[in-house]
Amino acid sequence: MAVIEQLTQDFLRTKKLPHIWCPGCGNGIVTAALVRAIERADFDQKDVVIVSGIGCSSRAAGYLNFNTLHTTHGRALAFATGLKMARPELKLFVIMGDGDCSAIGGNHFIHSARRNIDLNAVIVNNHIYGMTGGQHSPLTPVGKKATTAPRGTLEREFDLLKLARGAGATFGARGIAAQPRQLEQLIARAAKHKGFSVVEALSPCPIAYGRRNKLGGAVEMLREMKDSSISVEKASSMDTSELEDKTLTGVLFSEEAPEFSEEYHKSINKENA
Amino acid sequence: MPESKPVLMQGNEACAVGAIHAGVRFYAGYPITPSTEVAEQMAARLPDVGGVFIQMEDEIAGMAAVIGASIGGLRAITATSGPGFSLKQENFGYAIMAEIPCVVVNVQRMGPSTGVPTAPAQGDMMQARWGTHGDHPVIAFSPASVYETYYLTIAAVNLSQKLRQPVLIMLDEVIGHMREKVSIPETGKLMVEKSSSNVPSDWKPYDEKGLTPLVPFGFGHYYHVTGLFHDQYGFPTGDPLQVERSLDRIHDKLKKYRDEIMFTNYIGHKEPRVAIVTYGCTVRSARAVVKKAYWQNRLPVGLLSLQTVWPFPDKEIEALAEQVDVIIVPEMNMGQIVGEVERYARGKAEVVPLNRYDGEMINPDQISEEVGRWLS
Repeated sequence: MAVIEQLTQDFLRTKKLPHIWCPGCGNGIVTAALVRAIERADFDQKDVVIVSGIGCSSRAAGYLNFNTLHTTHGRALAFATGLKMARPELKLFVIMGDGDCSAIGGNHFIHSARRNIDLNAVIVNNHIYGMTGGQHSPLTPVGKKATTAPRGTLEREFDLLKLARGAGATFGARGIAAQPRQLEQLIARAAKHKGFSVVEALSPCPIAYGRRNKLGGAVEMLREMKDSSISVEKASSMDTSELEDKTLTGVLFSEEAPEFSEEYHKSINKENA
Repeated sequence: MPESKPVLMQGNEACAVGAIHAGVRFYAGYPITPSTEVAEQMAARLPDVGGVFIQMEDEIAGMAAVIGASIGGLRAITATSGPGFSLKQENFGYAIMAEIPCVVVNVQRMGPSTGVPTAPAQGDMMQARWGTHGDHPVIAFSPASVYETYYLTIAAVNLSQKLRQPVLIMLDEVIGHMREKVSIPETGKLMVEKSSSNVPSDWKPYDEKGLTPLVPFGFGHYYHVTGLFHDQYGFPTGDPLQVERSLDRIHDKLKKYRDEIMFTNYIGHKEPRVAIVTYGCTVRSARAVVKKAYWQNRLPVGLLSLQTVWPFPDKEIEALAEQVDVIIVPEMNMGQIVGEVERYARGKAEVVPLNRYDGEMINPDQISEEVGRWLS
């Protein structure tokens, strides 16, 4: 059996397909990259847990054949923190959307980063609340339109990876749905990283975001995504003027720091020794 | 069971000790008066038994982390008070829906809003019942002493595990902070068996045939947990038949195990004319009244104290109403449980509220005065 068929059989709940996502949505691409990354990381299937919040991308959990936990809006990281502290040997991937993670879940995001707890956050950023029909999120670029910002949002957006790094995360990477292989490698590296890791996956939402902002269909949006991004390696030899309006992809930071669940269990074992 | 020497212990501490004796190995929460001692005790004691204590970034996260830990197989508890109880409601409902065991302690203080944080009240009794959205079942205990706090915490943990249902312990500031002499066993009397991953191969997390134990994550049973209505494998469904069956399922288990959930206690005259029905710290004042009226003066007075407030002891109230002329319901709120008493008295007895909401306890004299009015 070809590798991809084997992966599909093992890691996807094929009986739960077709998925609920709209035509042209990038969630399937990101989910597939995640599945290949788990394979690449070579974890035991029974040790892998997928935790997700509420929103379009969080529905991915239901399609993945692991222990899967579909939580409440914004709270995926808080549920995951409890589970990881209870069972540090488990490998947790936490799928969130941009609104889920950075608005209602913002507090849990910065504190997961501060603790440097070994969770792999995968944030599918489509710049919009898709499931509720297109409201602006903290990651909607300033000026872009949404149902709740019909004249274009005046609010400035977060740079999610700068936020994560500032709060203490020790691994941050950005990938795009237009380059799924790179995205897969980034998630696999995040999975192997000990500490709180953040992978931001830019993903097109032609229905609730692209249409309203005249960005074309899925193909145009993916093309634009590719054209406007540049890898950190290439960017390192370019002037800042050349990098204006470019989105950096690749591993933006990776450093070592004590990991919280390990430190906690080490500390209580020492006390009890 | 060897009893330890009597110790002077606070209600909040007895709650922590009871939890640990019942096998709780995980606490997540956020500091709030007057419940903070539960967290402090757990922070001090859990590491000694290899357990996990974590102070979360907010109340919501405390509730979420407890559910996460429980899915991982650890018995888990959190404690809070008024404002924090409000914040925990959404995830509390999640635990009911997903049938994840956990215990939530609310040491009630004077509200609404920030209220009087250091003053006692019993104002969250209806929030305990209906605080989270949707039509859900609730189990809530209300201890009236430090020792009762200890054993009801153990009962809460065990029931929660058995029924896969979150259980509330509705303490109040009086019981939480009061110190009493108690003799508690060195280890728990009421321990139930550890959760196990050894289940039949056809195990289903939400088996339509009835309750199944929760197999923690990480043992090769790849099921789904969600707050959406779900089928017996945990997968989302919008099918009206399955939705209805799913809602019946979480309600029916409380009906089926009613006898194991329902704790009430009657003291006083065998044929009372006047009964007092109350719960929590107010039981103490009512007990003083019965002591004087019945034990000393043989007056036809009795007290039904409710250790279990939710599900409401409907049959017990029905039976009592058959016997008496009047049921007096003292509560440190503007009248919450009295409405339920009235509902199940079904007009067979007069039901009289007795309320105090100034942040002070209802004293025996107040109750005595009302009792006297009905005896004369």
